[in-house]
Amino acid sequence: MHVDLEGLGFERGGSLLVKRALRRAGPAGIVTVTGQAADLDVHLRAWCRAEGHEFHWRDDSGTGCAVVVRGSAFDERWSRAERAGSADPFEPEAVVEHPPQRWGLAGRGALVESGGPEFHFMLDRKVEVWSADAARIYAQAAAAQWDPATAIPWETQFDLPREVEDAVVQIMTYLIENETAALVVPSRFVAQMHPHFREVMQALAIQAADEARHVEVFTRRALLKNKYLGLSTAGGQASLQTLVEEADFATASFLLSVLGEGTFLSLLWFIERHAPDPVTAAVCRLAAQDEARHVAFGMAHLREHILADPSIRGTLMDAVRRRHEALRHTAGLNAEVFDALVLLAAGSWSPADIAKGYDAVSTLVEEMHNSRKKRLLKLHFNEAEAEEMSRLHTRNFM
Amino acid sequence: MSATPLLLGAVAYDPKVVTIWDGFQQYFEERGLRFDYILYTTYERQVEALFAGHIHVAWNSPLAWLQSQRLAGRLGRRAEAIAMRDTDRDLSSVIIIRENSSIHSVADLKGRRVAAGAKDSPQATLIPLYFLAQQGLEPHRDFEVAMFDRMLGKHGDHIGGERDAARALARGECDAACLLDSNLLLFTQEGVLPPGIRAIAKTPLYDHCNFTVLDNNMGDEVRRFRELLLGMAYSDPQVRRLLDLEGLKRWLPGRTQGYELLSSAVEHFRCLDSFVAAVAARCM
Repeated sequence: MHVDLEGLGFERGGSLLVKRALRRAGPAGIVTVTGQAADLDVHLRAWCRAEGHEFHWRDDSGTGCAVVVRGSAFDERWSRAERAGSADPFEPEAVVEHPPQRWGLAGRGALVESGGPEFHFMLDRKVEVWSADAARIYAQAAAAQWDPATAIPWETQFDLPREVEDAVVQIMTYLIENETAALVVPSRFVAQMHPHFREVMQALAIQAADEARHVEVFTRRALLKNKYLGLSTAGGQASLQTLVEEADFATASFLLSVLGEGTFLSLLWFIERHAPDPVTAAVCRLAAQDEARHVAFGMAHLREHILADPSIRGTLMDAVRRRHEALRHTAGLNAEVFDALVLLAAGSWSPADIAKGYDAVSTLVEEMHNSRKKRLLKLHFNEAEAEEMSRLHTRNFM
Repeated sequence: MSATPLLLGAVAYDPKVVTIWDGFQQYFEERGLRFDYILYTTYERQVEALFAGHIHVAWNSPLAWLQSQRLAGRLGRRAEAIAMRDTDRDLSSVIIIRENSSIHSVADLKGRRVAAGAKDSPQATLIPLYFLAQQGLEPHRDFEVAMFDRMLGKHGDHIGGERDAARALARGECDAACLLDSNLLLFTQEGVLPPGIRAIAKTPLYDHCNFTVLDNNMGDEVRRFRELLLGMAYSDPQVRRLLDLEGLKRWLPGRTQGYELLSSAVEHFRCLDSFVAAVAARCM
């Protein structure tokens, strides 16, 4: 095989052409190299030495010609490389049960050189994290991203009575801290997820990004006509702390997505329905659409996890009971938020309307319970278990 | 197996030397060879330590090899080069000039200013300056030498001096510069040298480092050490990162015919005599 570099020197990429010829020449293949660039022989000899190729100079034609014999270093470097599964998750064996830590950050389907560093991704078992729906849910989420600057009618003029505005601010304050918990939890697990489970990692990441937007729009709505946010209670934070500090992925996902965000879906649609202004309605509607995906993802991977390992149901039940015990002495949903929800649903301070509002919130709480139960039944808990777990769910909703 | 580990000396010209020898130590120990290493700040210290019996193997620069060889001759001992890197064979040095320079050949360097590396660098100073002397241009007499001494005692392993020489050429402070062949490409790619720099001459080929032992000391351990070195495969991920750091693809048996050019250079410049005499006197 012969390469004529013409005027191309090694300082401007000549090595690319020589490498290509050596690849084509095969093991121990011979490539002759000619060219007019200054010092080609100097560079080529030094390059061959560094790359492990043999270099000879032949001067029989009078003009000089380099002869390069391909060394074995390149083939040796890749001789123990491993294919890290396959990029398409639907191909057989594409996603392995227990990807080695040495695959590290390599994309699934890449050829990974041996000798790389060992990483320490704690979530490295397919059974614990994988869902065949993750790719679809991620794609749906990516397509449904909305821009907080343009998706909300921030410029719409409205004036609410002071106490109604205060009620909205209190609800937004409550939503912000709950959505912050919902941002922190998946973010923590993204960092622990073996990148082999790319679609799960992406679904969690976009979930965190969704929550970042929710925190933004709830804050912006609260401050639309006010300087300060409302009240943050010790009981509410205690409830969220048990969520944020849950170290087990399946348990955290169950508490957050299935029970917490599932409950929040009902809440957000309730606020949207009774919102006193278009901005409040819009932020809750957009957030609820995102939350529905989060719930779907939590349900999807937990359903697969429970099918593969039914014993995990006991762990999840214990977690709900443990959390209930831990929160037994806290107040649950703060009274200010409850009252604000009643006022929103009432629409006025007349006793009859307040009674209607109170009934509406009571109905909401019952709806939340029924929805939670339905989801628990879908996760193969029986009627009694579902009833008990739903009743024990935190009174703080999330 | 001896209770004493095989002790190797290496010169700490870069922090990576610790990573390299820690890695090799583990490799040797896992294969039953008790091994340890001692780092020296200069090759002169290391050569003296080899003759004092503080170490059994010295990872020597070509100049340190000649120092050892001459000392061995003086003291009636036998120095042997047992192994070297594939990249230690067939190096050359180049004399480079700027684009549009009025210098077209070595003869045009007469009366000019030529940049060189550290004064104990075989590749950036001793060999190219000797080469010019062979062409009829005696350094310091027929042309001025701008020496860029960096870390004397490291024998040019720290290429800072060579890089400074290249910079001096690029800035127009010198008319030519002496470099190792592979550093011409490296410095061009780093942007230290502007495009258009070219070589007006290249030296004959020569060899670089080797593992030096004396008098077949610790014969069994040295044989095992050499056997393990030569058996290292680039396909083995455990050693590949170390080989990459040390700049080789495989270890080869030592050979000494590649040191003749440097040997002539040090004779010409008489740069080993005082060191060899002083150490020999201390060893007698």
